[in-house]
Amino acid sequence: MIELEGLTKRYGEKVAVNNLTFAVRPGIVTGFLGPNGAGKSTTMRMILGLDRPTAGDVRIDGTHYDRLKDPLTSIGALLEAKGVHPGRSAYHHLLCLAQSNGIPARRVHEVLDTVGLSAVARKKAKGFSLGMGQRLGIAAALLGDPRILMFDEPVNGLDPEGIHWIRTLMKSLAAQGRTVFVSSHLMSEMALTADHLVVIGQGRLLADTSMAEFIQRNSRSYVRVRSPERERLLDVLHGAGITAVENGNGTLEVDGSKAEHIGELAARHQLVLHELSPQQASLEEAFMRLTAESVEYHAHSDTPASAERWGDGWKEGRA
Amino acid sequence: MSTPQPPMPQTAAPDRQAAPGAPYSAPGAAYPGYTSPIPVVRTHLGHAIASEWTKIKSVRSTMWTLGVFALLVLGIGLLTGLVVESSDPDLGGESPLSLGFFGLLLGAMCVITLGVLTTASEYGTGMIRTTMVACPSRGRVLAAKALVFFLIAFAVTLVCATLTGFLHVGLLEGHNGKEPSGEEWLKGTVGVSLYLALLGTLSLAVGSMIRHSAGAITIMIGAVLAPLVIALFMFSSSLQDVQQALFEYSIPNQMSIFYANSLSDSGPSGWDPLWIMLVATGAALGGAFALLEKRDV
Repeated sequence: MIELEGLTKRYGEKVAVNNLTFAVRPGIVTGFLGPNGAGKSTTMRMILGLDRPTAGDVRIDGTHYDRLKDPLTSIGALLEAKGVHPGRSAYHHLLCLAQSNGIPARRVHEVLDTVGLSAVARKKAKGFSLGMGQRLGIAAALLGDPRILMFDEPVNGLDPEGIHWIRTLMKSLAAQGRTVFVSSHLMSEMALTADHLVVIGQGRLLADTSMAEFIQRNSRSYVRVRSPERERLLDVLHGAGITAVENGNGTLEVDGSKAEHIGELAARHQLVLHELSPQQASLEEAFMRLTAESVEYHAHSDTPASAERWGDGWKEGRA
Repeated sequence: MSTPQPPMPQTAAPDRQAAPGAPYSAPGAAYPGYTSPIPVVRTHLGHAIASEWTKIKSVRSTMWTLGVFALLVLGIGLLTGLVVESSDPDLGGESPLSLGFFGLLLGAMCVITLGVLTTASEYGTGMIRTTMVACPSRGRVLAAKALVFFLIAFAVTLVCATLTGFLHVGLLEGHNGKEPSGEEWLKGTVGVSLYLALLGTLSLAVGSMIRHSAGAITIMIGAVLAPLVIALFMFSSSLQDVQQALFEYSIPNQMSIFYANSLSDSGPSGWDPLWIMLVATGAALGGAFALLEKRDV
């Protein structure tokens, strides 16, 4: 269990993390989602006692991180950067970590085996690929067989097989009753692994909900209709009080109507339809809508001129 | 996981419906979740020392700097010994031990480098975050690093200084040299080794404060050489006292005091340099500790 209460971090004028309050519970995978620069890594560093919070508090099973008697068996973490001396072998890297927490040396071999690095255990870390470095970081996180695991962008640099492996690993760790907290900026990745979601944007909490609820609340469903007699179709829909939006390439999108209903309507008016399909907006879209106002580094392509201030919508939604 | 896992705890069922207000349970409530078969050990300084020992011996740069150090001290010791011996000198009652000074002065650069690298290199590689996550007590990490480094630097310097001492005494027998007394032996081996090990520990503290290897090494080499260089350019007679003090308290001169009782009437003599370095190192370690506690990793 990780509990954050009013956690805040300021760097001079800039507020990196703003008054975060949430809890990460055991037994499930909790996704920590936010665009780049949202404050995910800063939050994780504060949980681990690396950065001191400007205000607020964070506790690991009720204790501050630097008060833990056995840090590595309480919580294992994979941080974004490699955090490995390039001249040290994977084996020695893990060995010095194990020794610092009184963990038996045989655990080093076990975790190397778990992450599939046994063959390169004696190789220097500087020769490791991004994916191997990531696996070494995961091995370090698993070293103390901890109750809580925290992964910052774990799938970065992994190949599809590696991504599948880490997904399965995270799920099995949670199923053993551990607390698993994993950050990502990819909603699609989270949708496959996380049971619970914490979304932040510009350091603020935007959502703290179960995955199912998030999907239900945030995804838009609509019906896509395509017809060679587009004008007549529009008239018919309009006549039935249904609003359709043209989306440019000859198809119409209808919100709030069932496909069956539209199909029957078209049949009654003897309209030819080339497509009639219920659609679900992807979670990626839902996530982007949620964080749209709080993305720090916009690619200035279609930013509306009258963009509302970020967070306004959030406040209204919450009020 | 390859470890045998205990049966799944009862709380493993996903608690999706938990009310938003629920996370803050009553104080004292047990935190449910996974229990590891690995015995929980209360960590202490001994663990940190074991860890730092593994760290320092598992990188090649340690072996390189110590190897170059031994080469410099023994090599230059041998060379000076042979050169002096071949010129059939009259030592005029001086102890032959003092010839070891030149090698150790150059070797000091290696000790400084290794000291700085012990702390600063972790900042360069990002290893420091891993270290501090594994051992959140920052003071303990610094203490372990300082202790491990000090002992290694002391042991290696002691071996090299003693070997050079025997070499010189052996080579220069019968050249009107003085048979070194017990205290001269002690100062020329243990004394100067303690001094160099402390100088390296000072560098380690500076490395921890500066967090940048090249920067910290430059500062330390500057600290060794600058006083002499600055003193060289103090021509004005009004600055004579300052010039004198810079000479006397410069690190090379303080090191030479371990071989001969003070070159000048004033300034440090006897074991003074060791106490001065001890205070300086203590202060630097205190500063490094304060900064470590204050700054984010």
